[in-house]
Amino acid sequence: MTARIGVVTFPGSLDDRDTQRAIRLAGAEPVALWHKDKDLKQVDAVVLCGGFSYGDYLRAGAIARFSPVMDTLVDQARAGLPVLGICNGFQILTEAHLLPGAMLGNDHLHFICRDQKLRVENAETAWTADYTAGQEIHIPLKNMDGRYVADEYTLDELEAEGRVAFRYLDVNPNGSLRDIAGVTNEAGNVVGLMPHPEHATEPLIGTGRTDGLPFFTSILKKLVTA
Amino acid sequence: MSRTPLDTVEHAAATPDVELPWAELGLKKDEYERVVEILGRRPTGAELAMYSVMWSEHCSYKSSKVHLRQFGEKAPESDAMLVGIGENAGVVDVGQGYAVTFKVESHNHPSYVEPYQGAATGVGGIVRDIIAMGARPVAVVDPLRFGAADHPDTKRVLPGVVAGIGGYGNCLGLPNIGGEVVFDACYQGNPLVNAGAIGVMRHEDIHLAKASGAGNKVILYGARTGGDGIGGASILASETFDDAKPSKRPAVQVGDPFQEKLLIECTLEAFAEKLVVGIQDLGAAGLSCATSELASNGSGGMRVTLDDVPLRDSTLSPEEILMSESQERMCAVVEPEKVDRFLEICEKWDVIATVIGEVTDGDRLEIYWHGGKIVDVDPRTVAHEGPVYERPYARPEWQDALQADDANKLPRPQSAEELRAQVLKLVASPNQASKKWITQQYDHFVQGNTVLAMPEDSGMIRVDEETGLGVALATDGNGRYAKLDPYAGAQLALAEAYRNVATTGAKPLAVSDCLNFGSPEDPAVMWQFAEAVRGLADGCLQLGTPVTGGNVSLYNQTGEAAIHPTPVVAVLGVIDDVARRTPVAFQEEGQLLYLLGDTREEFGGSAWSQVVHDHLGGLPPKVDLERERLLAEILISASRDGMIDSAHDLSDGGLVQAVVESALLSGKGARLVVPDGLDAFTFLLSESAGRAIVAVPRSEEVRFTDMCGARGLPATRVGVVDGDTVEVQGEFALPLAELREAHEATIPALLA
Amino acid sequence: MARVVVDVMLKPEILDPQGQAVQRALPRLGFEGISDVRQGKRFELEVDGPVDEAALARIHDLAESFLANTVIEDFTVKVEEVAEAAK
Repeated sequence: MTARIGVVTFPGSLDDRDTQRAIRLAGAEPVALWHKDKDLKQVDAVVLCGGFSYGDYLRAGAIARFSPVMDTLVDQARAGLPVLGICNGFQILTEAHLLPGAMLGNDHLHFICRDQKLRVENAETAWTADYTAGQEIHIPLKNMDGRYVADEYTLDELEAEGRVAFRYLDVNPNGSLRDIAGVTNEAGNVVGLMPHPEHATEPLIGTGRTDGLPFFTSILKKLVTA
Repeated sequence: MSRTPLDTVEHAAATPDVELPWAELGLKKDEYERVVEILGRRPTGAELAMYSVMWSEHCSYKSSKVHLRQFGEKAPESDAMLVGIGENAGVVDVGQGYAVTFKVESHNHPSYVEPYQGAATGVGGIVRDIIAMGARPVAVVDPLRFGAADHPDTKRVLPGVVAGIGGYGNCLGLPNIGGEVVFDACYQGNPLVNAGAIGVMRHEDIHLAKASGAGNKVILYGARTGGDGIGGASILASETFDDAKPSKRPAVQVGDPFQEKLLIECTLEAFAEKLVVGIQDLGAAGLSCATSELASNGSGGMRVTLDDVPLRDSTLSPEEILMSESQERMCAVVEPEKVDRFLEICEKWDVIATVIGEVTDGDRLEIYWHGGKIVDVDPRTVAHEGPVYERPYARPEWQDALQADDANKLPRPQSAEELRAQVLKLVASPNQASKKWITQQYDHFVQGNTVLAMPEDSGMIRVDEETGLGVALATDGNGRYAKLDPYAGAQLALAEAYRNVATTGAKPLAVSDCLNFGSPEDPAVMWQFAEAVRGLADGCLQLGTPVTGGNVSLYNQTGEAAIHPTPVVAVLGVIDDVARRTPVAFQEEGQLLYLLGDTREEFGGSAWSQVVHDHLGGLPPKVDLERERLLAEILISASRDGMIDSAHDLSDGGLVQAVVESALLSGKGARLVVPDGLDAFTFLLSESAGRAIVAVPRSEEVRFTDMCGARGLPATRVGVVDGDTVEVQGEFALPLAELREAHEATIPALLA
Repeated sequence: MARVVVDVMLKPEILDPQGQAVQRALPRLGFEGISDVRQGKRFELEVDGPVDEAALARIHDLAESFLANTVIEDFTVKVEEVAEAAK
């Protein structure tokens, strides 16, 4: 058996088809979900992909979080459904308060697209089990609003609980506090990060690295052995 | 703007003596008289709006048409051509049932007025041209030219243009895979913001801009219509705006990439369900263009009720609605029984869609407003039968003196140290420096099919995941060469783009162009234009790559000073399996560097002459298109058979520029040996065309040199990939760290 | 010390996609009866010394040439009293 992983398309989602491809390459079955649909089609996990939902007008992710699909998703995520938010998906998860903190415009005020070095800080979440803690990986980063911020208390708590999932190495590309590239919730089922693992799954394409594939194999293994 | 009574056709016929502001709308007296002659009466205000905007230089190509005909007359035989010049964009067969559409357009003047929005809406426009052919857009490229890099206005224009291209293209989910950034004082008041796009579809999905079948509905969908860029096409894009003070500047169009993204998805869904008979995007000249072109390309006429157009500003007059250039709108022709489904898809994507008219039996385009008929014209007279000018042209008297001012006679470096210093200065000069600060503001990865992106020689996109079929696109243009000799300059632009495609392993198939020139009313400029078109048409015939479409941008000048003639040429190529693509970066130490082609003393228009001597004179490099074709064949064969691991074309900056780029991208250095018969200076800095440098694994050396020998292509071993310097034996060594600092610091220092 | 506020808004005739997106989301959130939303920028300038006519004229120039892009935006300049206690 394999796992069915949903990918939500909001108006303005861009990486939905890429994410479906990455899920397929990992051996799972991608399922397209639509933002106006409350129905999650009984998927085993959900990816909120990158893009500019609703043009990122108002704030990145701010309008998408009020979509019908998010009503169901927030409830189920709180009940344990694995959810991965990539880039705009991460922004939506913070706006929906499934993950702490918020995302602001890059400190240099420009869109940035680069091959970004990261350290996997937490290899025990639903989406990172195929990495080892401390592993250094390269994943493409591309965003306008990638500066992760939270108050000091929250940041200290995240650090203490091992909930900083990924940290930028070499270059902090957007001014994120404490070089944070991604975080997880307490239970480890909801993970968000700014870089794009779905763009690092094929040897010929993009940067030519496959460092992002373990995100999708991690969740697959977890689901089929569960 | 409301008039009483409404200026209907009937009213116009009854009031022949009413004076209309034809001059203010950009029409010449004889043009207005022709409109009156065509209609047999004075035009209504709405008709005048349509004719004036559609007969503008921008829409009618009235000054360039007589020359552009050569692209058809001299078109080479090509099995690949599916749709040629005249449609929204050309379409080429790339095999396996796939068709590719591509085009380059200019958005020069708007980008000078409002850099961000000008550039953003340029991307939006070209992408709608691609969708209108039935294709999913898969990539964009942006050839850009600005004034001097250190001029204060460049710091206003460039960051705005780059942010606009990124802001729009990134938000659409289109990888930006190529283009150029060139600085030259001649573009000071006239930056060139060209935008290209590629789309992919199956053969059976090709759509055309025509309205056929009486009773079929005309649906306007996308953004509401506002007062954006009214008259922009006729005034903004066609005349210089030397005197434009802030208050006089016409309204600028604002782009909404989010709306455009919805438009793409909703249009493709409608195509997939075969709901669309004909389609046209709304760009320059808005509804005037869309309705007249759809109607004149179809079999019948068209009736439109302007009251049904959804408005953002309810005070707009019918003339303004017809001329509005509000972005993110399209017009589809749909059979009556499919209208409901079409509207449903639009509703799904939150796109406003309205039936505004229908195709009729007759051959007239009729437009109604408040119950009165305000337009009644033969649409062909609006769209296709505009004025055609045989503008006088003459070789300027300064051309001889310019060509006699031979760059080969400029003082050359007298010592190895001086040569080293000049090389370092060259790779750090704005035109030769790394453009990473610019290109990293564009998304290269989205859609997950990007095989190569800048700074590679051409961008490459995978078309089919199973078979690995891919397409490559390169754009090139060198205004300095074209100024020295427009005929040769256009061919050199073609040759370079053709070579760049082949360098990555793809077979060049077809050409699009964006021809940027000064005022056609200046005979010297017109001569440059005529020569460039003749050169390009002859070149395409010889290389077997037909021109599928393109764009002309005239009046790029401030006062009497025109820009360098700047034909930008885009070449599209196909590669059977993207796994065989050849990158620029060196791959392995120890691989042998071979220089392909002949190196002569050719410094006219060169980067060296500009950077070291601030000089422009002499003749550009010699063009040999047969040699280009042979070089391309060798590069493609070598890529397919695994004989080379990296390759880089040699163009501005010469061999040393290419080697430095390959080295910096890989972090691997090179040891070079000056070959017999050449001096170090010429070897490193000449810009002879028809050349490339390739890295050959030692195991493949004999096979590779045998192939070159058998085919008659000079291949000279000039060094080896090795170490952490670029060393020219007996001359100098430049550590990669020093080169990197020089090459990468320039642009951020000037613009960040 | 005084505060001068410069509000920059897109000109009425210029498309405002941000405002439109917000406006379209409102009914879904249960906020009815709002027919248009336009989004602008507010700049708060803390001015040393008196805000006299000359100072305001300079701020006007600043707003016209820098804070606003008068090709597409309008602006207003107004002086805001800074409460004594807030100092």
